[in-house]
Amino acid sequence: MPRTVRDVVFVDGVRTPFGKAGPKGIYHETRADDLVVKAIRELLRRNPGLDPKKIDEVAIAATTQIGDQGLTLGRTAGILAGLPQSVPGYSIDRMCAGALTAVTTTAGSIAFGAYDAVIAGGVEHMGRHPMGEGVDPNPRFVSEKLVDESALFMGMTAENLHDRYPQITKLRADEYAVRSQEKAAKAYANGKIQQDLVPISVRRTNPEGGETGWGLVTADEPMRPGTTLENLANLKTPFRVHGRVTAGNAAGLNDGATASIIASEDFARENGLPVKMRLVSYAFAGVEPEVMGYGPIPATEKALAKAGLSISDIGLFEINEAFAVQVLAFLDHYGIADDDARVNQYGGAIAFGHPLASSGVRLMTQLARQFEEQPHVRYGLTTMCVGFGMGATVIWENPHFDGGNK
Amino acid sequence: MSTTAELLKGAAELFPDEVVTQAHVRHLDLPFGAGRFALITLDNGFDHTKPTTFGPQSLANLDTALDQVEKEAADGEIVGVGITGKPFIFAVGADLKGVELLKEHKDALAIGKGGHEVFKRLSKLAVPTFAYYNGAAMGGGVEVGLHCTYRTVSKALPAFSLPEVFLGLVPGWGGCTLLPNLIGADKAVQVIIENSLNQNKQLKGRQVFELGIADALFEGADFLEQSLLWTAQVLKGDIEVERPVIDRGEAWDQAVAKGRFIADGKVHGAAPAAYRALDIIAAAKNGDLQQGYDAEDQALADLIMGGELRAGIYAFNLVQKRGKRPAGAPDKSLARPVTKVGVVGAGLMASQLALLFLRRLEVPVVLTDIDQERVDKGVGYVHAEIDKLLGKGRINQDKANRLKALVTGVLDKAEGFADADFVIEAVFEEIGVKQQVFAEVEAVAPAHAIFATNTSSLSVTEMASKLKHPERVVGFHFFNPVAVLPLLEIVRGEKTDDASLATAFAVAKKLKKTAVLVKDAPAFVVNRILTRFMGEIQNVIDEGTPVEVAEKAVEPLGLPMSPLVLLELVGPAIGLHVSETLHGAFPDRFKVSPNLKAVVEAGKRGFYVYDSGKPELDPEVAALLKQGDVVLTEEQVRARVLDAVAQEIGLMLDEGVVAEAQDIDLCLITGAGWPFHLGGITPYLDREGVSERVNGKKFLAPGVASVPA
Repeated sequence: MPRTVRDVVFVDGVRTPFGKAGPKGIYHETRADDLVVKAIRELLRRNPGLDPKKIDEVAIAATTQIGDQGLTLGRTAGILAGLPQSVPGYSIDRMCAGALTAVTTTAGSIAFGAYDAVIAGGVEHMGRHPMGEGVDPNPRFVSEKLVDESALFMGMTAENLHDRYPQITKLRADEYAVRSQEKAAKAYANGKIQQDLVPISVRRTNPEGGETGWGLVTADEPMRPGTTLENLANLKTPFRVHGRVTAGNAAGLNDGATASIIASEDFARENGLPVKMRLVSYAFAGVEPEVMGYGPIPATEKALAKAGLSISDIGLFEINEAFAVQVLAFLDHYGIADDDARVNQYGGAIAFGHPLASSGVRLMTQLARQFEEQPHVRYGLTTMCVGFGMGATVIWENPHFDGGNK
Repeated sequence: MSTTAELLKGAAELFPDEVVTQAHVRHLDLPFGAGRFALITLDNGFDHTKPTTFGPQSLANLDTALDQVEKEAADGEIVGVGITGKPFIFAVGADLKGVELLKEHKDALAIGKGGHEVFKRLSKLAVPTFAYYNGAAMGGGVEVGLHCTYRTVSKALPAFSLPEVFLGLVPGWGGCTLLPNLIGADKAVQVIIENSLNQNKQLKGRQVFELGIADALFEGADFLEQSLLWTAQVLKGDIEVERPVIDRGEAWDQAVAKGRFIADGKVHGAAPAAYRALDIIAAAKNGDLQQGYDAEDQALADLIMGGELRAGIYAFNLVQKRGKRPAGAPDKSLARPVTKVGVVGAGLMASQLALLFLRRLEVPVVLTDIDQERVDKGVGYVHAEIDKLLGKGRINQDKANRLKALVTGVLDKAEGFADADFVIEAVFEEIGVKQQVFAEVEAVAPAHAIFATNTSSLSVTEMASKLKHPERVVGFHFFNPVAVLPLLEIVRGEKTDDASLATAFAVAKKLKKTAVLVKDAPAFVVNRILTRFMGEIQNVIDEGTPVEVAEKAVEPLGLPMSPLVLLELVGPAIGLHVSETLHGAFPDRFKVSPNLKAVVEAGKRGFYVYDSGKPELDPEVAALLKQGDVVLTEEQVRARVLDAVAQEIGLMLDEGVVAEAQDIDLCLITGAGWPFHLGGITPYLDREGVSERVNGKKFLAPGVASVPA
């Protein structure tokens, strides 16, 4: 039977405010599944044109798929969110690129014609599920030297990346981090972020974290507006003595969830749904696990090649800031300035936080807002590095593109 | 220290074991830039299995929280105040343990005033207040929300009620006054009187909204978030809350009159709570809240110091606690699994039992009887009842298929019972027949099978005596209608072993019945007391007191129905049969009434005809009655009847029929529907002085179902 590949669009995306992992964090007493369920519900409220019965899939990513992130989260979250029982769901794991992979995998199925519309998102409650919880790496990794021992420790891989690119100094990383905080604060001040946040009610019973009882979270907890170079200069380098990676120039350990609606463009138009971004291409690539922060470079090369585009065609970048060094390696590779205005206009994960498997959709939601504001831009890109040596890139087209008449 | 704080401090000292509820104040920024908001969370620090209550210290904590937010509101630091509960629970009202401890009218008054003084502050802050009914809300929990400016409710809320009248109180922290002023007298009467007297019927979240108690309804998944978003919109003026104007005219009086009619139908004027609540609702018509609060305080204090409430709390605790942990039951680990049930007999009672076992145990149930026609009829009855459940949507098609496949009928006991773990008989009430049936079953059933008898008056020991294994026989006495009355009298025969008894209790629990352990004594508990009670009524009629005087004599008890109406429900023939059994056992106390015998022999099904819509003595029955010439007054009849009941209970306790008077009361409440305000019956006999007059002592220790000394 004849098949036609269909255009896939990003309809809308929301997220919970991100929290700091740990006993004093805002989500310490909040379940991970509840976070993603509330994001899905908000998405449905915002898009009444989407009949829940017509959702073909709920793909939810989590890195640690046990406890409140287990039990085939996509399915259970759908039921908990009040979706019809006829709507199926599943779970996805590609560590930090979980939600991004939820989007691309379902997008591939939409293009193929298997789905019309899906929910794709992710959640990571790193307070409840610290990185490496319950892992059991095969001893052959070490005995056969398949990967370097540092590969499992993301901070160490970031130090390794500094080794590979000596020109990326701690100072450059810190300067980048300060700018990320500044841009995020500015984006907040301009109301760019809040419009896509889902308020979350949170309970606190332990007074050490602050006032007890029920509260409402409406803003990201990790933000440190007003951060200066001086503040960052003397932070500890926990991954290596006299190292360069600090809590200040890396994303923290965070809790949060994201969700998006991905649909075929025809379906979106027929159902009166917004079309915020059009998918152009996506690619994943593997690199040496001990320098996983290099991953976005080959992934982007592949995605650009598939799209027949070059880096100069990309007008907006949303790069996940797991570590400043990893962003700087990418920028250096493409000859882009550290403070290029096209890159992470609203700031990044260094300011907002990076709840692993949820972050991909945050990048997309922010890129979608930037597309809306900047119709002269035709293409944008979301990219992230992924644990165990991978990179993931999605290239998007701006449906508001006005032909470049700025 | 404010006077409220002093009042509560005094009350708290009387109640050192209070499970204290904290009132946490937490601040948040409302969405849409609506401003800074203070949210109070009521939380006793336990999970949902221990719901949040209000004792004096809890009220004091809320008072302190209100001190804080009152100041913040006055200083313009916050734009509103909310109040909500811990997960699944909003708050379930006053702590009854604290109420039981109160000894003096002034302390009871202080509880009422204390609650009012604290809750009232929610309506007097400089900013609007919002209650978010997130979970179970009862009594004072409901009332704290009624004092707020606005309310939201969760669709997931499973239980919402003002159960005070059910227990013997009035909603006295604003409920009687505020609710009719919010939703009108008619709906308020429905919640405060009708639901409460209808076995404490609970409202669900949607009904709370539809009644107009809550201004907005949100789904459970993000109830608090949506409530706070709504709050922000209300505060910004984007949402205007509209409430229907309530009818303060004749409709108000009609609602109160309807409430009195309902109360009369349930308690027949015998318990004061409903009437006190209606008085306050009636007075609330003028909208004077403070006047209403004062009346609530007085009513609360009076009722707390009265026997009806104490009996009500006692009865509530019997049903909720003792009913779930039966006194004298063997260790439940001894119970054997029941994976198949046999029912001997396929008549109506047997079929009802088959249906009950089927629905609750969901194991194969086999009916047997003496011919195929009866067996088919029994199975047919069960199938028809399953179809009714399906039709009402109580079960789905899969469940109906499953249940129908589980019930079978056979003629051959060997085929039916070869692998049954539990066989119950409901055949003709004749010892020889029952012994024969059990002998036949023993020949084919597995060695471990329990044999249960639904006999109402025969000796379990005698029934078991001819068996090779009499230790496997237990009495399993249900009450009609089986689906409605919760009581199950579990009778231990002389040889019944612990494993059989434990299995019987385990089955009872699965059947969701209130099991009470009873000795193998004639007619067990409920039938013995009812028969003695009815017998004394019958005696005074036989001796010459007019029927209507005898009937009216016990009206002040507020029983669910008059003695002769009850006799009609039971069936005069069955009543006669039980009285004959008991006469055989205790001839000096149980007489066989010649008039009753005549009525039965004449084939009459009751004493009354209902042609006029009201019960009137059937002229044909009147013609049968042969009465003496001793005419007693109502007071004299009442005294004789109550004395007889007190004597019988005293003797039953001496004989060890049950462990304690509490079990007698639990049986009467759950098996005969005797009311909470009597506490079953022994609290009433104690407080009316009957127990001491007859037995020289009270049944219950001071403070149990009474005001402590």
